Amino acid sequence: MTTTTTNAGADWKSPEAAARVRKRHAGDLRLKFAGMAALGFAVLMLAILLVSLFANGYQALRQTHASVTFELSAEHIDAADPQRGNYRAIVQDAVQGLFPGIDNPGELRSAVGILSNGAQNALRSIALNDPSLIGQEVTIDVPLSDPYDQLAKGLVDRDSPEDQRRLKDADIALFDTLQARDVVSLPINWALVTNADSRFPELAGLQGAIWGSFYALLVCFVLSFPTGIAAGIYLEEFAPKNRLTDIVEININNLAAVPSVVFGLLALAVFIGWFGMPRSAPLVGGMTLALMTLPTIIIATRAALKAVPPSIREAALGVGASKHQVVLTHVLPLAMPGILTGTIIGLAQALGETAPLLLIGMNAFITEAPSSLVDSSTALPTQIFIWADSPERGFVARTSAAILVLLAFLIAMNAVAVFLRSRFERRY
Amino acid sequence: MVGYTFLLILLLSAVGFVLNRNAAQELRAGGSRLHSLPVFHGGYALALAGLPALIFVLLWLMFEGSFVSALVRASLPAEAVAGLGAGELSLIMAEVQQTASGLIFGEPAQYVRDAAAYYNTLHSISDWAMFALVLFILAGGIFLARRSVATEFRARQRVEKVLSGLMIFASVIAIFTTIGIVASLVFEAARFFALVPITDFLFGTAWEPQIAIRPDQIAGAGAFGWLPVILGTLVITFIALLVAVPVGLLSAIYLNEFASPLLRKIAKPILEVLAGVPTVVYGFFAILVVAPALRSFGGDTLGLPISPNTALAAGSVMGVMLIPFISSFADDALTAVPRSMRDGSLALGATQSETVLKVLFPAAIPGIVGGVLLAVSRAIGETMIVVMAAGLIATLTINPLDSVTTVTVQIVTLLIGDTSFDNPKTLAAFALGLMLFIVTLALNVVALRVVRKYRELYD
Repeated sequence: MTTTTTNAGADWKSPEAAARVRKRHAGDLRLKFAGMAALGFAVLMLAILLVSLFANGYQALRQTHASVTFELSAEHIDAADPQRGNYRAIVQDAVQGLFPGIDNPGELRSAVGILSNGAQNALRSIALNDPSLIGQEVTIDVPLSDPYDQLAKGLVDRDSPEDQRRLKDADIALFDTLQARDVVSLPINWALVTNADSRFPELAGLQGAIWGSFYALLVCFVLSFPTGIAAGIYLEEFAPKNRLTDIVEININNLAAVPSVVFGLLALAVFIGWFGMPRSAPLVGGMTLALMTLPTIIIATRAALKAVPPSIREAALGVGASKHQVVLTHVLPLAMPGILTGTIIGLAQALGETAPLLLIGMNAFITEAPSSLVDSSTALPTQIFIWADSPERGFVARTSAAILVLLAFLIAMNAVAVFLRSRFERRY
Repeated sequence: MVGYTFLLILLLSAVGFVLNRNAAQELRAGGSRLHSLPVFHGGYALALAGLPALIFVLLWLMFEGSFVSALVRASLPAEAVAGLGAGELSLIMAEVQQTASGLIFGEPAQYVRDAAAYYNTLHSISDWAMFALVLFILAGGIFLARRSVATEFRARQRVEKVLSGLMIFASVIAIFTTIGIVASLVFEAARFFALVPITDFLFGTAWEPQIAIRPDQIAGAGAFGWLPVILGTLVITFIALLVAVPVGLLSAIYLNEFASPLLRKIAKPILEVLAGVPTVVYGFFAILVVAPALRSFGGDTLGLPISPNTALAAGSVMGVMLIPFISSFADDALTAVPRSMRDGSLALGATQSETVLKVLFPAAIPGIVGGVLLAVSRAIGETMIVVMAAGLIATLTINPLDSVTTVTVQIVTLLIGDTSFDNPKTLAAFALGLMLFIVTLALNVVALRVVRKYRELYD
């Protein structure tokens, strides 16, 4: 009989052993804190991102207006042809009326700059809509131009040296007289969604971009939804296990990981270069996005079909349905909520996609909303890109506001997806 | 007109469906036993009328534009186009098309007006011809389908065959897309390599994509060596991984091993939000917040020579974008390690951190490596962040404080606003695109293989 050798030297109660154990447990704490720090960093970044967007963007949610009386004098507008009236002169007269103290043309010209160029357009459309107003006075709210808008929102430091400001002391004095007369207001900036793009920040809006994105997503949905479902059904339910279907599957997985800018190159070379489709058109944008969304929908369809239990297929087959009937009338309806969820998430991704749209020219400067699929237009993300590139101070706030609009659409789409999932998802 | 054509197809196909279904229902009401359900007879009409008409319209639209343009180009008077290059000819054609659509700038020449009128005539002829032919095809399809309604007619098999064909076609579109990508990239890149030798492109150390405006211009030839561009890409990718890998891994370990279920439930969607933010938003974030912060901290406080669009800004923001990507892959890999390994390690007396770092982590390494490789491929192909926040000038440097450019930035800047495909400047973008596609494809294939191999290991 041998004596069992115990680790006689080890004294588990000694202070050294206790120190070792403490050290090992300190490792636990270190890892835990490092993990918390990492997670905290990620959350902090998201918070900074959102806070900076809100802090900048809320400025653009309001726009300074002034209520000004214009005289649509018949001297400047020919009632027979209101389109060609001299609206610049009318605005000038009105500004002269606002500031009677101005007596030289140079000062008057810089004073006219206080009102946005949109004033002329607004007057023109008033005269066009109702020619009977010509010769009378109208009082309308017109937006102030961007530097004065910044001033009204308190973003200009009045105490800074005059040569470092865009607005000179004289300009600020003009604005103060306006404000003293109580004609300046700061209403909600609906122009942000009802106007199309403009070179002037105070007039620029997202209407064109929203319609462009809507048309592009419509094309994307019409093309990728049926195709994706059909491909998903085939690969999941019908495809034989052979080389061809293997290649198709590898292909779909790889397509999902191809950089988006490469899809832009494809669209530029094939759709625009070879097929001669129009540049900047939501149709081409939608087709490109459809190719990118297709893998997402196929993968979602397959997952949803896989989740339908075999008992349902067997029951339908058992009462004499054909394979196609089983899939179309039994499996597909049950899988539809899952497919729709995946589709909406795919479309949300497509909505935020920018690079391919840049390459097909959807970053053009277009001042009206598209009226068809082949009109030139921008999309929401490309509009953000254009505005982010614009030097005017007012566009910084507008870019942030445009991003908030885009994020609002994305959140709404994802909320619908989450709702669908929770409302219709079944567990078997 | 095109819209009306699609409406016509929709309407008449529906009419064919109803006609056939009703005919089959009448047969059944008459007491005969049908082979196929009436709805399949209807579907047969749908397939016989609508499908050929749809294919016909799509083919017609695909070739109409280039065909009409060729006819108009041939009709241009010989003296007007004599001795003009391809570029000038396409300018004239663009003018013709603009004049045809009513956008008249200045005073177009008489022959341009004539050509525009001819263009419009051809288009309206083509539209009407398409409409008439579609009508004919639809009527023929409905007629044939209606005639074939009979008790013995195997409508179901026919319809199912058509459906299967459509589904196979839909699945093959993925292959077509890949072929389209490869073909367009290779084709345009080949034209580029005909102008610039491929060795200059692959091994050149200067990237100055200019073209001579005049033939005798000094230093107008430009240089097309992609090394500085790919080096810049790698610098930014490296910075991004430096941020994303530790943060992503540690948060995955924390969520997997230490966090309470409640925290897990809250933190995971937050990370997903980070993944769902569009890249153009990250780009704006980089120029609005991160770059100024780096400048004021690194430049003013530490006195470092930081360039206005330093690689650090674009790289670190890209890293933030990749955090959820890495963390979800690491999370999957850690969860996939069998429970027995974890239990065994804990039972031997290892602490939690020892279990994670010495048992789970090594076991999960292949999955994590696959995720990191996919993240590298993402970072190399990422466009908007670098277009907005990185530089345009290609310099051969690995200093992260300098401004560097990337492959995707060059592709976008070379192609924005320029459409003529006959000079090295625009074609260079396709050569870069080809390299980008090859690199990311290789990374993806390797990564997917690693991930799949690893899954099989423990399944």
